[in-house]
Amino acid sequence: MEINILTICYLIGSVTFIIGLKMLSHPETARKGNLIAAAGMAIAIFGTIFLYQENGLKLSNYAWIFAGLFIGTVAGTMAARKVKMTAMPEMVSLFNGMGGACAALISVVEFGHINHSGEPAGNITLLIIFAGLIIGAVSFAGSMVAWAKLNGRIKDYSFNGQHIVNLVILAFIILASAYYIFSTPVGLGYIFYAVLALSLIYGLFFVLPIGGADMPVVISLLNSFTGVAAACGGFLYDNPVMLTGGILVGSAGTILTILMCKAMNRPLSNVLIGSFGVNQKSGSSSFSDQGNIKEISINDTAVVMSYAKKVIIVPGYGLAVAQAQHVCHELEKVLSEKGVEVSYAIHPVAGRMPGHMNVLLAEADVDYAKLQEMEQANEQFPSTDVVLILGANDVVNPAAKSDPSSPIYGMPVLDVELAKLVVVNKRSMKPGYAGIENALFFDPKTSMLFGDAKDVLQKLVAEIKSV
Amino acid sequence: MEELLNWFTIHQQMIYIVILSIFLGIEVIGRVPSVLHTPLMSGANAIHGVVIIGAIIVMGKAESDNYLALILGFLAVILGTLNVVGGFVVTDRMLEMFKKKK
Repeated sequence: MEINILTICYLIGSVTFIIGLKMLSHPETARKGNLIAAAGMAIAIFGTIFLYQENGLKLSNYAWIFAGLFIGTVAGTMAARKVKMTAMPEMVSLFNGMGGACAALISVVEFGHINHSGEPAGNITLLIIFAGLIIGAVSFAGSMVAWAKLNGRIKDYSFNGQHIVNLVILAFIILASAYYIFSTPVGLGYIFYAVLALSLIYGLFFVLPIGGADMPVVISLLNSFTGVAAACGGFLYDNPVMLTGGILVGSAGTILTILMCKAMNRPLSNVLIGSFGVNQKSGSSSFSDQGNIKEISINDTAVVMSYAKKVIIVPGYGLAVAQAQHVCHELEKVLSEKGVEVSYAIHPVAGRMPGHMNVLLAEADVDYAKLQEMEQANEQFPSTDVVLILGANDVVNPAAKSDPSSPIYGMPVLDVELAKLVVVNKRSMKPGYAGIENALFFDPKTSMLFGDAKDVLQKLVAEIKSV
Repeated sequence: MEELLNWFTIHQQMIYIVILSIFLGIEVIGRVPSVLHTPLMSGANAIHGVVIIGAIIVMGKAESDNYLALILGFLAVILGTLNVVGGFVVTDRMLEMFKKKK
């Protein structure tokens, strides 16, 4: 009887995951979809705790289980509530790493059981345990690197021949696992732990050299890895809800990764193998004698913007870092009151994650209808008087269109240089996150407005009010 | 080889689930507007936290004198819970902001 109820719990869980994901892909239903999936997850979790049985035996160690759930819930809720909207991508990466570590730990414990019991385990069971271990560990180590990179704790790092080292490590992982799985040697359990260590190292080396601008793609990819690791657990315990949830995320995450690569017009292999750091040096030297930049004062900016007919704001990560989304919305309101037509041009990969800018601007109550996607915006630029670029860099770099030697060549960008005047707000002349010089800043139509985005925008708003 | 074929027959339902879920995932994500990419990734991140169920099973099966299994299982439960709860709460916070706009 109880086991039948558990079956129904798992059925409900699986269906809510599907419905939840479906609803998450429409703006009106997204929030409800998330809650539905969360409810299904709760049913599946509590169903497992109270109803699960194996060979007629129910689970024990309730004190441990509930203590773990309690600690995880309190810590998870606090971290998720406290995190700033700008730091969202690294938070997702961190949680993803936790999931990967969880999957790897399950494999470690299950392997320990097999190793101690002395009973020979089936090859396929071992295969699943190894797969869960490797994928989980790579996902964990990779996500931690991505997390540390996004919040600036570590920099891109690569050495000569790193790709070859990576391939060698990967080959070792696969060969050692295959050897153990198919010959099941007695007393050679340390191979398993060696594979664990190598997988962690591989995850580290896999993400370390990948350049900043590609981090969203990596997080999405690692997200789908963890999904597959969870699905391994589904096979291990014949558990349909783990299987559905894991595989759904695995396939959805892969598609999302591909969509992101498409937005940058780069094949996935290029993102993973061709790290930005390597070819960047050749690119940057050719820009050193690019000519002079022109600075513009806040007063002048206020005047040109007030008398413009049409202004397009291009937000980037700099806006997010400065927490300037609210002031930005204020600027938009002040200008609209003066009869200026204001809209926002959102590049698909602006910020650190696709859709990151939309989330930030939505937080500041910016009207949904004012956010233009890249294609729409590019049609508007020729008839635009002023483009204000707030902390965006790579997504407006014309080198992506004109310079085949540039690492971002081929990525669709916003054609801001078609507008009559371009004002670029940046903190300094340092190149953007991808580490590439931007010829736009030297364009005669471009004026630089240096300073922290929030600070500059506040002064700009005050100035426009007094014009 | 024989073992593999047997395994396929025994687990055929699961294999069907895998295949259908792959297509379902592709279908569901295929037409998502780019505005929702971040919340969607975050939501998917919370859903793969379902791995917590495996952690609970590991924990619940551990003999009460096998401290290594207990400690590792306990860690796994904490990490899995972090993934699930943190994931859903973060996603909800992001989506809360979309709701306000009229």
